[in-house]
Amino acid sequence: MTLSEIIVPVIICLVFVFALIKRVDIFSEFVHGAKENLLIAIDLIPPLVILLTAIEMLSVSGTIDALSDLLSPVTSFLGFPKECTSLALIRPVSGSGALAALESLFQDISPDSYEGRVASVLMGSSETTFYTIAVYYSAARIKAEYKVFVSSLTADFTCFVFSALIVRLFY
Amino acid sequence: MINYIITGFFLVSFLLSAIKGNASDLSQSLLFSSENAVKLVIGLSGSMALWGGIMQVANKSGITKAITKALKKPVGFLFPALPEDSEAFQTICMNITANLLGLGNAATPLGIKAIKQLKMYKYTYSYIPMLVVLNTSSIQLIPITVATLRLNHGSQSPWDCTLPILVVSLISVIAGCLAVSVLYSNRSKNR
Repeated sequence: MTLSEIIVPVIICLVFVFALIKRVDIFSEFVHGAKENLLIAIDLIPPLVILLTAIEMLSVSGTIDALSDLLSPVTSFLGFPKECTSLALIRPVSGSGALAALESLFQDISPDSYEGRVASVLMGSSETTFYTIAVYYSAARIKAEYKVFVSSLTADFTCFVFSALIVRLFY
Repeated sequence: MINYIITGFFLVSFLLSAIKGNASDLSQSLLFSSENAVKLVIGLSGSMALWGGIMQVANKSGITKAITKALKKPVGFLFPALPEDSEAFQTICMNITANLLGLGNAATPLGIKAIKQLKMYKYTYSYIPMLVVLNTSSIQLIPITVATLRLNHGSQSPWDCTLPILVVSLISVIAGCLAVSVLYSNRSKNR
């Protein structure tokens, strides 16, 4: 039994026991939160239909393979698995696109393999950079300067390199 | 931007498959991929609802407030000139908490609010990009989506990526914050 295996049930138990002590109406609050997330899930479907189709077309036509081959000197130098290159390419651009890429990757490769683990870690530790910058800067009415892109992409690139490194270290 | 990318995807795929002569595979895959999109969300929605409920309970019981208290030191370190009792400081703490709990839809409005509050401080030129980098490099404690997808595809241990994800997140957040402090240091000194 490792820490990673028990962390989720432990968090759930802690939250519920603590809420009980604080006399929170657990049931109705839970239902409220669950409903909110279900509505988010429904909103996810339409963009996913077009994005999954676009990505499926890319992989069926062999475009992603061609691009990954093109980048293979760089990725193999970094020890980054070739199968995860397309996921890394789409991750900063589209959140649902990355979700779709991970989904199709898991259809071919076991999630418990080295490549599957690198993909999981990469997905879990990065964000939809361009979308986030666009939302924040347009809401604040500031023009996004190149520096903020450079900074965020530095974080993303570090994440890609280290996801391969850390997975090899852990398993 | 996304419009150009999608159109580009379709155009490039069609051209490449036309050259390769496997355009019939392409037409067939179009039918299946839309079905897969709906199936994917149905597979995800169960655990999304579960966690939405748990996080709401956590919010109501004041756990989020306790986390804000615990975040005082790191937030104070990243935004040194910001007073701890200012509204902007508290909103930043809540934004980070929402990110930690994986509440993306709660994090975004909080982040926007924090940026608007930060704009009032003239000496905080690098604070807005700092906050944006914190939000673009995921700092989620529980990788719900990834774990669910792993489980759906027959993983023996869907949660065992939790710790590596945390480590990699931390490293990339540090790299992003370093990049901000290096890139923005000259400007803020001139001011």
